[in-house]
Amino acid sequence: MSKMLLAEFAHVHGLREAAETAIRRGYRLLDAFTPFPVESVIDRLDSRPSRVRVFMFGGGVLIAAMALGGEYYTAVFNYPYNAGGRPLNSWPAFMLVPFAIGILGAAVTGFVRFLFETGLPRLHFPLFAVEGTERASQDRFFLAIEAPETEGERRKAVDSLRGAGAVEVREVSS
Amino acid sequence: MSVTAIDDVTPVQRFTLPGGRSYEKIDELVTAPLLERAAWTWRTWWIAFAASVGLTIIFLICIVEIFTRGIGIWGLNTSVVWGFDIANYVWWIGIGNAGTLISSMLLLMRQRWRASINRFAEAMTLFAAAIAGLFPIIHLGRPIYFYWLTPYPNTMTVWPQWRSALIWDFWAILSYLLFSILFWYIGLIPDFATVRDRARHHRQRLIYGALALGWRGSARHWHVYQILHVALACLGVPLVVSLHSVVGLDFAASLMPGWSEPIFPPYFVVGAMYSGFAMVVSLTALVRWGFRLQPVITAAHFDVMAKIMLAASIIIGLSYATEWFNAWYGGERAQRSLVWFEFTGAYAPLYVAMLFCNVVAPQALWFRAVRRSIIVVFVLAIAINVGMWLERILIIWNTLSHGYTPSMWRLYLPTIWDWLTTIGSLGFFIFLFLVFVRLVPTVSMHEVRDLVAEEIEQ
Repeated sequence: MSKMLLAEFAHVHGLREAAETAIRRGYRLLDAFTPFPVESVIDRLDSRPSRVRVFMFGGGVLIAAMALGGEYYTAVFNYPYNAGGRPLNSWPAFMLVPFAIGILGAAVTGFVRFLFETGLPRLHFPLFAVEGTERASQDRFFLAIEAPETEGERRKAVDSLRGAGAVEVREVSS
Repeated sequence: MSVTAIDDVTPVQRFTLPGGRSYEKIDELVTAPLLERAAWTWRTWWIAFAASVGLTIIFLICIVEIFTRGIGIWGLNTSVVWGFDIANYVWWIGIGNAGTLISSMLLLMRQRWRASINRFAEAMTLFAAAIAGLFPIIHLGRPIYFYWLTPYPNTMTVWPQWRSALIWDFWAILSYLLFSILFWYIGLIPDFATVRDRARHHRQRLIYGALALGWRGSARHWHVYQILHVALACLGVPLVVSLHSVVGLDFAASLMPGWSEPIFPPYFVVGAMYSGFAMVVSLTALVRWGFRLQPVITAAHFDVMAKIMLAASIIIGLSYATEWFNAWYGGERAQRSLVWFEFTGAYAPLYVAMLFCNVVAPQALWFRAVRRSIIVVFVLAIAINVGMWLERILIIWNTLSHGYTPSMWRLYLPTIWDWLTTIGSLGFFIFLFLVFVRLVPTVSMHEVRDLVAEEIEQ
C-alpha cells in the first residue's frame, strides 16, 4: 500500500508555495484539500480535463430536440388542430418549450456528470479518519504528495514541506 | 496598518470588515445559528415565525375558498378578467428572478461581493418562483384540471396547445424552478460539508453529512465543481431572461391596447430584475441584522446594490416613456386614450404613486451618502417593491378597464379575498424564508472565504 505525506497549512499562500516547491523537487502531487478552490494548485495536478461541459451540451441539445420532436409529432400527426389557420407546424411558437426544457436538461446532465467525475456521493472516505482533516472544509489547507520510498528521502520531503510553512506533516496510507 | 487605512485609504472597495476577515470567523458567524441553537436568541425569529404561520393559514383558507366557491370571490368582472392573481404572479416571478441574476450574471461579471448575499438571494428565488407558480393554477376557472397542461397520453387523445402562452408559462416556470433548486443545492454542497465538520451532535453530522454527499474539498473536485458552476451560470442567464419574457408574452400575445408592444418582454425582464433586486436588498438588511452578519455584509454591499437599483430605475423610467411616446407617435386612438386614462382615470393616483416609487424616489441613490445609509436604502427598496407591485396591477387594470370598446369600460374593485390572498402569499414567503435561515447556512461560506483570501492578500 502506498503512502502519502499530508501537509497542513494555515494560509493559502503556504499551500501554493509548497505545491511549487514539491513540483520543483520532483515530488508527485496527489491532491489538495482546501476550503475554497485554489486555482494555482488545481492547475498543477495531473488531472484529466473535465468533460462536464461536453455532456451538458449534449444533454441539453438532446432534451431540447426531444421536446421539439414531441411538439411536432403531437401537433402535426397525432392531433392536428387548425387554430385560426395557423400552420400545423408552428415552429417559432414551438421553440419556447424546448428552450426552457433544454436548459434544465443540460443542468441535470451536468450535475450527473459532476457526480460521476468526482465519485460523489461517497459519504465515507479514508481521509476523514485522519485527525485534523475536518478543517479542510473550514480554515486549513492540505497538500498531499506521494511519499518517497526511502526513509531518508521521505525525511527530506517532510523538511521541505515544513520549510514552506506547513503547520504539520502527517504520513498517511492512501 | 490601522483599520482606517484598510477601509478608507485603499483604493480597492472592501466588502468585509476586519472582524470577518478570517476563515474561522466566517465559519463561526454562519454556522453558529445552525449548530449552537441554544446560545442564540430566537425571540424575534419566533415572533416573526408565529406571524408568518398565521398569514400562511390565511393563505390556505383563501385557496380553499377559491377552490370551493370559484374565482368570482375576487373583484373580477367581464371586462377586467385578470386581477390581483395575475399581478401577484408577475410580481412574485419577478422577485424570483433576482437570485439567478445575482448568482449568474454577477458571477460571470466577476462581481465578487455577491458571495455574501447570493445564498439567500437564491433561496428567495426558489420560494418566490414556487409561490408564483401557484397563482396561475388558482386563477384557472377549473384548477382541478391544471394537469392538462402536461403532455400525457390520455383517453381524450388530445395534447396541449403548444401555441398557447399558458403552456409556455407552465414549462418556463417548471424548468426555472427545478434549475434553481439544482443550482442552489450545488452551491450548498461545500457549505454542508463545513456544517458537517463543525457539528457536535451525531444527528446533525449525519443529516448535513448526507446533504454534503461526502464532499472533502479535494482540488480535483473543486476543478469539476467550478466548471459546472460557471457553466450553470452561463445557462442561468438566458433561462431567467426567457422566463420573464414568456411572462411578458402572456400579455403581448394578446391584442389589447398597451399590451401589444414588442417592448413588453424586455420591459418585463428589467422590471423583474428591479423588483427582485429591491427584495434582495430588503432581505439583506434583515438577515444582516438578524444574524449579526455585519462583518461580511457591509455598507459597501448596499452601495453597489443601490447602484444597480438606480440603473434599473432609469431603464424602467425609459420603458414607461417609450410606452407614452409610442402611443402618441403611433397615433392609434385606443393607445392614446389608454395613456390619457393612465394619467387622468380612476387609477391615476396609483399610477402617480407608482411613478414616484419606481422612478422618482430611487434618484436619491445618485448620492453616495444615501447609498451607504442602510436604513435609507432599505426604505427605498421597500418603496420600489410597492411601486413594482402597483406597476403589475396597473398593467392589468388600465388596459382591461379601458379596452377598445367604450361600452365595456369597467373598473376593478378588489374584495377582501383579493387582499387576503396577496398578504397571505407574502406570509407564506416569509414562513419559507424563516425555515430556510434556521436549517441552511445563509451565507455561501466557501465563496466568502475566497473573497476574504483575496482581501487579506491585497
